[in-house]
Amino acid sequence: MSTEAAVAEEVKEKKSEPLLSKKNRKLISNPLDIDNPVTVQILGVCSALAVTTQMKPAFVMSLGLTIVTACSNVAISALRNTIPSRIRIIVQLAIVSLWVIMVDQILKAYVYDVSKQLSVFVGLIITNCIVMGRLEAYAMANKPWPSFLDGMGNGLGYGMILMILAFVRELFGAGSLFGFKVFATLGIPYQGNGLLLLPAGACILLGIIIWVQRSINGYRESH
Amino acid sequence: MRQSNTYIILYSAAITVVCGGLLAFAAVSLKPQQDANIAMEQKKNILASVLTLKEGDNITEIYNKQVKAFVIDYEGNVVEGMTPEKVIVAAEYKKAPKDRLLPIYEFRNDSNKVEYAVMPVYGYGLWNNIWGFVAVKSDFNTVQGVKFQHAGETPGLGARIESEEIQERFKGKSIFENGSLVSVTIAKGEGNDYSANQHKVDGMSGATLTGKGVNNMLKDYLACYEKYLKKNAGTTKQASL
Repeated sequence: MSTEAAVAEEVKEKKSEPLLSKKNRKLISNPLDIDNPVTVQILGVCSALAVTTQMKPAFVMSLGLTIVTACSNVAISALRNTIPSRIRIIVQLAIVSLWVIMVDQILKAYVYDVSKQLSVFVGLIITNCIVMGRLEAYAMANKPWPSFLDGMGNGLGYGMILMILAFVRELFGAGSLFGFKVFATLGIPYQGNGLLLLPAGACILLGIIIWVQRSINGYRESH
Repeated sequence: MRQSNTYIILYSAAITVVCGGLLAFAAVSLKPQQDANIAMEQKKNILASVLTLKEGDNITEIYNKQVKAFVIDYEGNVVEGMTPEKVIVAAEYKKAPKDRLLPIYEFRNDSNKVEYAVMPVYGYGLWNNIWGFVAVKSDFNTVQGVKFQHAGETPGLGARIESEEIQERFKGKSIFENGSLVSVTIAKGEGNDYSANQHKVDGMSGATLTGKGVNNMLKDYLACYEKYLKKNAGTTKQASL
């Protein structure tokens, strides 16, 4: 959204609720911590394990998912009062697929290397539970702007975990970051840990992240 | 009203039309850029099979300057009026070997002498299609380098054909033995030394079937190019006499 449009909207909405009210800020910050889609809700784990061997594809994937979640949330939220409830899942899927294919096409046109590396995983954003979950749980019942923030927040929460995983996996698995050979440049001989490059290594690592995060914020699953 | 069948049908029709329209627009407007990427990728793979590309090399420039591309048939004769860009190797693969159109990319040095010949190959691995390029030196026998790609081989096993580690093993091997085509085969089992054998390379542990796919692909396609290779090998021999 351009700044002018944002300012204009802010002026218009000021009477009712500030654009980044405490409640709205929570929509961004909660998914980063106590409501993280990956570590707390355990959604989107498959792709989190698959695309995190290197920083670059992980970054593009995070960006792609954030865009898809935010845009689909806005679209569904704007249409929410017109969608017939009996076919709402189909409508949601159509909107999500629309954005996913858009992202895929743009990646193919402008960052071909990365799109080849991500291969099927961009297409599989369609089935990513985070996207559908946010549409059902939030966008169907809220206005477009909070829905946009909610989508952004969840995309970033997912992206954050992806980046942490990719950082550790690329640094200690291949000795590089964004393809830049860190250990070789520093002159430290380093033999990459092959386990980290395998999905199994990522799974162990993700488990550790979940453990650390939950012990910090004291989250317990309710039975 | 929002629950009536008419509304639902009209609503889904409208969504379909709008989404379809947007996608069609995106696909059409991004197509030229995507095609350019694919063509670039092709050039990069051709060059990478004969030389080591450095970061920042101008691929288009090297390609246009040094590579002469044309299409031949099974008999090794040039097919006039066809450009390699128009030949879809995946479609040619489905035809009988004798009917295939075969693109060939000759990498020439500054005095227009063929240094390497690059041949596209196409076949079937364990799960899905595999394809790539084989480059031979100016004797039209010694392998300069190979480049393989795959659509669905198992990561960590068959997918290793894409790695440089495996592709390096083909360097310096020969295709012909006393004038007859033998091709190069990937052996079963890994960790053996085949440096004395001109037609075998070390295998991939756990990916014997993908290896077989590669072997079939090479045999199949090198047979298609056999006449071309022999013809050219003959001329270079005469020239050197």
